[in-house]
Amino acid sequence: MRINPRITNRLVRWGLVAQAYCTVTVLVLIIGIIFFKGFPQVNFAFIFSFPQDMGRHGGIFPAIVGTIQLALLSILLATPLGVGTAIFLTEYTRESTFTKLIRFGVESLAGIPSILYGLFGFIFFVIKLKMGWSLLAGVLTLTIMILPTIIRTSEEAVRAVPRQLRIVSYSLSASKWETIKKVVLPAAMPGILTGIMLSIGRAVGETAAIIFTMGSSLRLPLSLMESGRTMAVHFYILAREGISMEKAYGTAVVLVLSILFVNIIAYYIMNKAIARYS
Amino acid sequence: MIDRAVLKEQFVKWVLVAFALSSLLFLFLIFAFILGEGLPLFLKVGVKKIILGMKWAPTKGYFGIFPMIISSFLVTVGALVIGAPLGLSCAIYLSEYSGKRMKILLKPAIELLAGIPSVVFGFLGVVYIVPLVRNYLGGSGFSLISTSLVLGIMILPTIISISFDALVSVPKTYREASAAMGATKWQTIYKVIIPSAKSGILASFILGMGRAIGETMAVIMIAGNALKIPTSLLDPLRTLTGNIALELAYATGDHRLALFSTGVVLMIIIMVLNYIANFGIKRKIAK
Amino acid sequence: MVMETKIATDKLRVSFGKVTVLKDVTIKVHRNTITGFMGPSGSGKSTLISVINRMIDFENNVRIEGDADIDGKSILDGSINPIELRRRVGTVFAVPIPLPRSIFENIAYGPKLKGITDRTTLHRIAEDCLKKAFLWEEVKDRLSTSALKLSGGQQQRLCLARTLALKPEIILLDEPCSGLDPISTAKIEDALSELKSEYTIILVSNNTKQIARISDFSAFFYLGELIEYNTTDKVFTTPAESKTEDYIQGKFG
Repeated sequence: MRINPRITNRLVRWGLVAQAYCTVTVLVLIIGIIFFKGFPQVNFAFIFSFPQDMGRHGGIFPAIVGTIQLALLSILLATPLGVGTAIFLTEYTRESTFTKLIRFGVESLAGIPSILYGLFGFIFFVIKLKMGWSLLAGVLTLTIMILPTIIRTSEEAVRAVPRQLRIVSYSLSASKWETIKKVVLPAAMPGILTGIMLSIGRAVGETAAIIFTMGSSLRLPLSLMESGRTMAVHFYILAREGISMEKAYGTAVVLVLSILFVNIIAYYIMNKAIARYS
Repeated sequence: MIDRAVLKEQFVKWVLVAFALSSLLFLFLIFAFILGEGLPLFLKVGVKKIILGMKWAPTKGYFGIFPMIISSFLVTVGALVIGAPLGLSCAIYLSEYSGKRMKILLKPAIELLAGIPSVVFGFLGVVYIVPLVRNYLGGSGFSLISTSLVLGIMILPTIISISFDALVSVPKTYREASAAMGATKWQTIYKVIIPSAKSGILASFILGMGRAIGETMAVIMIAGNALKIPTSLLDPLRTLTGNIALELAYATGDHRLALFSTGVVLMIIIMVLNYIANFGIKRKIAK
Repeated sequence: MVMETKIATDKLRVSFGKVTVLKDVTIKVHRNTITGFMGPSGSGKSTLISVINRMIDFENNVRIEGDADIDGKSILDGSINPIELRRRVGTVFAVPIPLPRSIFENIAYGPKLKGITDRTTLHRIAEDCLKKAFLWEEVKDRLSTSALKLSGGQQQRLCLARTLALKPEIILLDEPCSGLDPISTAKIEDALSELKSEYTIILVSNNTKQIARISDFSAFFYLGELIEYNTTDKVFTTPAESKTEDYIQGKFG
């Protein structure tokens, strides 16, 4: 028996709508559960005090500071490298074997799972370069890990700057670098910032690559050579070792909120840029 | 004065070349060090004994990771079975059915889902999905099915956003031509749009697989990490990534080398997947 | 009246790949005049302009033969710094393209590159150039607003002012009025007529009436060749070539 195509059409439509809503429901559930269970744990003391008894009591202050240190330092290193690479690829060369090779490198880096970054950072920075479990080893590993994201978003942003703007700048007696510095980079800035924001989000949420390079010391890292703990690592240890469900939920709220916050800023910048160019 | 300006331009150019080369350097270092640590054990013990070996007791000289290869494969397929149909449906809904308002609401929501750290997924899996499986299906709950479910949800954003891009880039004229011939919307989607977006959709599945097979922390929390090949959906298992993460902190000597060998196997699998995905995407662009 | 030569080309030949777009053009452009370049599209007039300001450097696959010089010195020589050259040769493009900054910053862009950083000097330059471009009265109270908020005609006069701020000797205008309404066009033409006492101006235009109105000399290009070049009077009243006559009368183009 052949089913009437119009009935199929309607059935499919409802099926798709149902699945789409299902997906949204999952998202709302995930965030809802975290917030519902976690918010009661979060207060001034939780954020600004040190953990006690492995995190069973007290707050998560060192983890917050560790997260900020790690994210900011990695961004500080990865941004010039990434934006520089993007500028080189778009402004200084035509498509060639060399650019293809670099693109291959970037794509490959982007595809490597974080545990392999952890493995590499562990053997190279921690062991061979004798950094030990330290903020520095974590920062360097994470820098390499977020580099592809920054390169790709920056390249897209730089490419989107109209060619005419460059021509005008040259006609006004600007050199190549002056044109890039004064015209191309400012125009591409929203796109570049979006990439940076997304990378911060990734840095804040990362665990596997961090735990084997930065370690998981509960003390506040006061120098680059000291070990420390990010919120994600702290959360993982609280949850996995069953130290305290309440504190785990509390940490999760702060963690998810900071990532949401960073993502929303990225979205805001992107939409503003899109509005400006269209 | 002029010379200094010219020199500065040259200097900037070479700095940028160096920056661009850094990505290649990093890639080289990662390969060199993971292979450098991981390959010797293959030579010492034998490729066959590691890849096809059934027993993992690294302190006693057994380095078999076959069960982990199979487990990684199983959770990845499991994640795809759950994530692919859901993700593709969502993408089709977004590109073909939803209104503009829904699109503006859903797209960021899906991207936010992509931003949630994997440890959070793992944690929620432990707290909600594992007990659910234990109570209704039996076993300990730390199982192939729980892991697949959580990974399936985790790869949704990847699948949705890449398939969506592929579907949206199908030319409008195809839709119009099909509609002009009296096809219903679903017939158009099924017979015209999906076939033309095929390579992009496949690429999204493969990238989703890449994410699932590389996932570590969430998997450790839910999989149960048992050292044998699971024989049912309710059996616990240990993946390649889990093996590395569980033991790296305290492993020494051959034991540590064996973890790098595990990394080498993982790296080869990921590279093959990425190659297939890139190949698919490039062919689409060439068309 | 003895005319001094400012720009001269000698058998200038430009090819993009296998296509030759300028065929052995020899022309002398005189100091402190407006010279109109006209001809249908593809005649090579814009290519000639891009040799004079060396913007042709940004095209791919170009081959240049023959020579072009300013004040008797070759500008195609390897020792010429194109950046220095572009300070002497200002360009206004067909479509006004303000930089996405304020009106003031647009004008200050060139002077700042030269190393002028003093605010009062920059403001004096801005006022001076905006007055010369007949834009000062319209924008003097909002120099810090975005240049993108100006109308098309205002933007094109801003581009002219921005070029003047380089203090060039030569101004090249590549169909500067093609997108403008008659009133804006008239304002640009008025500005140009005043400016020729200080600058050597080349005006590329498809609008023969505009060339007839404001230029002192006219050159007619066709398929890469210079067909006719003389005083505007002669070209428009008694053209030597029948092609020129046909073009001026609008029989093709």
